[in-house]
Order: sequence, then C-alpha cells, then structure tokens
Amino acid sequence: MPIAFPIPDEAVLGRRGEILTGLGQLVAPEVLIISEDERRAFETDALTAYRRMPLAVVLPSTTTEVSTVLKFCAQNQVKVVPRGAGTSLAGGAIPQEDAIVLGVSKMNRILDVNFENRTARVQAGVTNLAVSQAVAHEGFFYAPDPSSQLACTIAGNIGMNSGGAHCLKYGVTTNNILGVTLVLLDGTIVEIGGEHLDSPGYDLLGLIVGSEGQLGVVTEAVVRIRRAAEGAKPVLFGFDTSEEAGACVAAIMGAGIIPVAIEFMDKQTIEIVEGFAKAGYPLDVGALLIIEVEGSDREMEAMLARIVGIARKHNVRHIKESRSATEAAAIWKGRKSAFGATGRVADYICMDGTVPLGQLSNVLKRTGEIVASYGLRVANVFHAGDGNMHPLILYNVNDPAEQAKAEAAGEDILKYCVEVGGCLTGEHGVGIEKRDLMRFQFEERDLRQQMRVRAVFDPAWLLNPAKVFPLDNRLTA
Amino acid sequence: MTRHNPTSEADACAIVAEAAAQRTPLAIQGGGTKRAFGRPPQFESTLSSSLMTKVTLYEPAEFVISTEPGASLSGIVRLLAEHRQELAFEPLDYRPLLGSDGEPTIGAVAAMNLSGPRRIAGGAARDSSLGVRFVNGRGEAIKSGGRVMKNVTGLDLVKLMIGAHGTLGFLTEVTFKVVPSAQRVATLCLVGLSDRTAIATLSAALGSPYDVSGAAHLPAKIGGGARTLIRVEGFPDSVEYRLGELRSLLKAFGTAEVLADGTGKDLWVAIRDATVLAEPRDKAIWRISTAPTKGPDVAALIARTIDARWFFDWGGGLIWLACSTASAAGAATIRAAIRQAGGHATLVRAPEDVRAAVDVFDPPVKAIARLQTGLKASLDPAGIFNPGRMFPEL
Repeated sequence: MPIAFPIPDEAVLGRRGEILTGLGQLVAPEVLIISEDERRAFETDALTAYRRMPLAVVLPSTTTEVSTVLKFCAQNQVKVVPRGAGTSLAGGAIPQEDAIVLGVSKMNRILDVNFENRTARVQAGVTNLAVSQAVAHEGFFYAPDPSSQLACTIAGNIGMNSGGAHCLKYGVTTNNILGVTLVLLDGTIVEIGGEHLDSPGYDLLGLIVGSEGQLGVVTEAVVRIRRAAEGAKPVLFGFDTSEEAGACVAAIMGAGIIPVAIEFMDKQTIEIVEGFAKAGYPLDVGALLIIEVEGSDREMEAMLARIVGIARKHNVRHIKESRSATEAAAIWKGRKSAFGATGRVADYICMDGTVPLGQLSNVLKRTGEIVASYGLRVANVFHAGDGNMHPLILYNVNDPAEQAKAEAAGEDILKYCVEVGGCLTGEHGVGIEKRDLMRFQFEERDLRQQMRVRAVFDPAWLLNPAKVFPLDNRLTA
Repeated sequence: MTRHNPTSEADACAIVAEAAAQRTPLAIQGGGTKRAFGRPPQFESTLSSSLMTKVTLYEPAEFVISTEPGASLSGIVRLLAEHRQELAFEPLDYRPLLGSDGEPTIGAVAAMNLSGPRRIAGGAARDSSLGVRFVNGRGEAIKSGGRVMKNVTGLDLVKLMIGAHGTLGFLTEVTFKVVPSAQRVATLCLVGLSDRTAIATLSAALGSPYDVSGAAHLPAKIGGGARTLIRVEGFPDSVEYRLGELRSLLKAFGTAEVLADGTGKDLWVAIRDATVLAEPRDKAIWRISTAPTKGPDVAALIARTIDARWFFDWGGGLIWLACSTASAAGAATIRAAIRQAGGHATLVRAPEDVRAAVDVFDPPVKAIARLQTGLKASLDPAGIFNPGRMFPEL
C-alpha cells in the first residue's frame, strides 16, 4: 500500500494568498520562498519516491524569526514542516500542500567552543560534520556520525535522534546533547539544559530529541565534544558466510571488548560498494566486518590481537589492517558510500530495524527470504554492534508494481524485527514511512499516551502533523 | 492509610485505576531509603514495589538486563558482577547521607536518575535506559523503548520517566544497557591544589585522549588535605600506559601519584555517595550542577555569604555542598550563584520543614512549568502519583 498523505485542507489552500501576505509582513523577502520553481527544491527529502509541493518555504536566520513565523502559523492554523537539510530517509521532512516548510539551514554558525568544558554551542542548521571540523584542530570531535554527516544538520540529528557507525562506543544524539534552544508553536523561546549536565524537573531534552519536529523547532544546541583517541584503526574481516560474521561479532562483545565500531556488509553490498568506491574490499567473501579500534599504537595492537584471535576461531578468511591514514580512509569510504553506491546500481528503499544481537543471523536469513519471495534483491549493510540493520531493498522506481513490492517487503522485514524483540527504527525515525506500522510495535494505549504527550506541546497538531502517528488516530488532550 | 503491594503489572493497574477513581494520592515506594529526599509528599496510601522483584531478562551476551522495580540494586550489581558486567552510570547510594537503612531498589535508581562519578564518561542512568513499562494515572500499562541499543520509534517516554521521581507513573519494568567491568581500575592523586588549579588539572585530564572515567577534587576542608583524583579503567596494559601518559601530561600541575587500588576504590565510593559530607548530620546538603570551569567560582561565590564546605565531582561540574539549615538552607544565595553561572541546584538533605518551604529542585521558568504541568496532566490526570514531591504543583 503506497503511503497515504492527508487530504489537504481546502480552506487553508484557499487562504494561501492571505497567508503569504501575512508572512511577507513578518520576514524579509529573501526568507520567504513563494515561486513554484524555488519551492520545488523542498517538495521531498531523501524519501524521493514521495513529493508534495508546500504552500511556501521559510528560511529564517535567527531564533526570533523562527518564533515570529511559528506564532503566526499558530494564530492562523497553518501547518509547519520543520526541515534541516532534508536528508531524512523516512520522509521526516516531506511537506504537504497545506503546510509551510520551515528550514533552519541558514542558521549554520558555530557560536562558541569551550574545550575545557568540552562543549560547543551551535546553531541548529550547522551540518553534523562541520561541528567536528570546527573542533578538529584541538583533536576534538562530535561523536554521532550518520552516513549523511556531510549534509545533514544538527537540527535533523536532534529531530531523529540520529546515530552512526561510532555510536557503539559513544552513544547516539541524545547521549551527546546537553541543551537546546527550542521555539514552541506559540512562539515562546525556551532554553532546555545548557552547558551543565542533567536538568531539574522532567527530562524535556530527552523528550525533544527524537520527537521528529513535532514538539517545537530547535534553533540552537549545546553539544558535547570529545577528545579523539590517539589513533584509530579500521580493520576488514572477511568471512565465508553472514552467520560466521554474526557469531564473531557476538563473541568479540561477549569477551568484554567494545570496539568503537563494528560494521557489517553482505556479499551484495560488497560488490556494489567495491565497484563504486574501489576501497580494496575482497570480492571472494560472503560477508565483511569493519571493526575499528582506538588508542595508542600499543593499545590498538593489543586489542586487535584479541579480536583477531576470536575472528580466527570463527573461520575468518581475510584480514586487512589499515596501515596508513589513506588506507583507513579507503576502508571507511567504502562503508560510508554504501547508500550512494547502491543508488547508482538501482533504486532502493533503506530499512532501519534494530534487533537483539542474538537475532542478527536469523533476521538476516529471514530478510533474504522475504525479499526473494517478492522477486527482488537486497543488500545488507549495518551497525552490527548495536543490532541496527539496514537492508537496502533494490527495485525500479519507475515500475509502480515493483515499488509496491519493495514497500511490502520492507514492511514484512520491519514487522519481523519487532516480532523477535526489536523495533521499527533505530536511527532514521518513523517519518511517514513507518507511521502506519506503529501499531505493530505499540498497543493502542501506548500510542494514545505518546499522542497525549505530543498534544501538550501542540494541541492543534500543526507541527509536522502527518508523521510518526497513524493518520486515523489523533488525540488532542 | 492503605499500603498497596502489587505482585504484578495487572495488579498495579487495578490499584491505580481505583485510586484514580477515588482521587486518592499514592506515595510510590521502593526500599524506602530515600523518603527524606525531595519535598515531603502529601499522600493517603502507599504503592510499594516490594513484591515486584524479579529479573525478567538478562542476556549477558547482549549487554541488557530487565527487572521489576523492586529488585534490589545490590542484587542486580551482584548478578552483573558474576558475568563481569556492571551499570555504566555507577548509581549513587543516598543511605549514608540520608541516614536511612534498608535496600535501595533499581526502580528508585531509574525514577531518580541516580548517577555517580562515571556520569562524565558513561552517561547518566537515563543514558543507559533502553526501555520502561509503567502504569500511568489512568491505570493503563504503558511501554516505551525496548531492549535494543538503538530505538527511535515514537516519542522517547523512557527519558520522561527516568528522573520523574514517581510523579508520572508507577514503573513496572526497567531495562538497562550494561557494560563489561573494567579489568583494572586505577586512580591518580595530586595533593595540595587550590580549587581553581584542581579543576584546570581535571579539565586537562578530561580533554586528553586517555579515557578518564572519574575526575574529582576534595579540597583541604574536607579533611586529609586537598586531593585531586583522576580515575582510569580498562584492560591492565592499557591502564598502565594511560597512567604514565597522564602523569607526564599533568606535570605542570603537580606530581600525580598512583593510589593503592583499595584506597582508590574506597575514595570513589565516598565521592559517589558524598559520605565525606555526611557529618555533621545537622547540615543541609546541596548538589549543584554547572559547567566544570564555573565550579570553583560558584563555590567561592556561595562561600562569600554562607559558611559552607564542598567538594567537586564530574571534573568540577558537580558541586556537593554542606551548609547550615538556617535561612532556608541558604537557598537564595545558592540559587543566585547558579543564576549567574548557569546550571541548577538540588536540595538533597534538610529537615522536613525546610524541604516543604524551599524549592528542592530549581523552580522552572513559566513556559517550562506550563509544559511540566501539561505532561503531568497527560500522564496522571487525577494527580495521584507522589503529589508535590518534585514541585508544589506537580
């Protein structure tokens, strides 16, 4: 079933001229995008199979402007779709015809860095990678590293509670944010948290992170920055089968070793990636692990010796240590370009279920069977250390029948992830993509409780309204 | 007064539904060791987790444990230790400060977001919390999160429940991520530093690549001379190497000696539980969180007006402070200092009349207060859970 969009509110569409005039009186002309040509750039995000033209796009450059715009929208009952860089694979920033898009991409400055306190205050539209780059000269970095980090914004990371390859050791966004400036729908600007740890009262920060832009618009954030280890070394391990690779991951962690990252790629992915990135991946293996260790040379050697010992017991066929920064970069380049490389071979939808570690092999096998049963192909690439799987289901976007099959296969896979004790999404978010699957993970009363909490912030459901919760089910109190 | 002891989630749902219908306030209790924390609650009945003590899931290979709320913290710690694992956040034990006895429960650890010195490296209790089940004020069993390491499915009500002090619901199951125990724990100690130099030392250590997992400063007034403490944990060869590197890195600040393992271990427990401030017992105790480099300024500013003793954890970002209970335990002075520096202060220990009269937690600004009241109403519409325990209106 294609993903449904709500029927646009005719009354709002009819008021478009009036709404644009109203907004035009509040913000500078360069902030407000009205023409169809310019709006087109915002009609979808990275879930490109779906698109809707928004009423208008607003790109403010200050928190005050965001506040003014939200207040206007609240007063005029205009829906608002917050947007960072628009890299959401779950359709978290996809507009609808009766909503304006409020993008924070112009708010992209690093405001303050404090190395002694290990914090940075940044505007929410700054890219994830730019934060790390701004502190790299002192050997620091910002830990969450989604594959889209070159483009995606801190605002989007906070909206989706984004993860990445190095989260195994350093945690996801919620573990690396100390405070936010949040603009509520009525225009009120609140500071939550700050340069200190924890806050009195309820953990509003924890609630905001991952709320997919439904509780307010984040315009600034205080993030933790960390000093990088002395050195880091990714190593490639090739196995004949996915089962052996999976068992090896379990054994490494079972031995009390938590590397910085453990990434998994199946045969299909290895072939696609190697054809594109020429990362030097072996092509004669059934599964590949990238395991990264960090520390001094001696520490890395010691840890690697332990890991290699375990890998040998699990019939590792191929071991390639990076011996230089260039080799290390090549190993990661392959992994980080996996999504892009796959996009060159075929259209795909990227799933994002998380499963208990003990279920990895089982779910991989079942994923293969499910996708094959629809006559499609799948490439698996994922964060094995925390059970976050990313099956890429390959299909032809111009063939509606194939698209329907791909979506159905994806749905079956995610349901299976939930069945074995996992969840629908580990780091991409629900967006529109998994909205209608929420009932597989939650009881109706769980969803009702979440919706009541949502309504505390936005009783009229104006903020990113058609995301996360099934369309037929809204609560206002 | 009725004391409810549910044996299951369904049982708890029935009790809560009945209390909601009757609008009977319920004081939620675990082991009862922290009754003297927070504002004195107004309640007619208690809802105890004492008969819900089962470990419902423990998968050492997957680093995850789920338990009912009444399971004792010491039991969980022992069980994890059998598998060479532990809770990353090193939960603090309030018994020494509050002079209570009995067994702290894991439910209270979650409800109060209790974290110790490793907060700076391993995160708080909320960061290790993967999932919760709880009974809301409608008597419905609600789940949020789960047992997997990454989960962004829907709103994160787990975070909302952790640290809500039982004002939003009755936890029936909590699921934590656990970590392998370090094979070696070692502590470096520099003696005689002023507060400012000590915090600069700790910042240098924490800003190094050597994975410091504890950073505290005990000023001379605490007894035993000023001691600045830095903890490193991990595989033995790695710890040895990092100690050496840290000692040379910190040379400019003084000579760092490696403490005997037992001495170091005892000191970190004393810092975790603030036992160094437990006596004299008539003093009020505050826990103040600020940016690490602001710590010495905040303490000095407070000491200008009131007589106080203090020490620093979290690299300077956490100040434990003891002062007289007179003048509302110095609340006005302390909160004024915090307003200047940024952060927040919690009154951890004071006589009941003081805790009833003073805001135990920093009073929120209007917009935040409105959100908190809204959240309370959305989860507990009849206002029956621990009324008044955190804030007068919640």
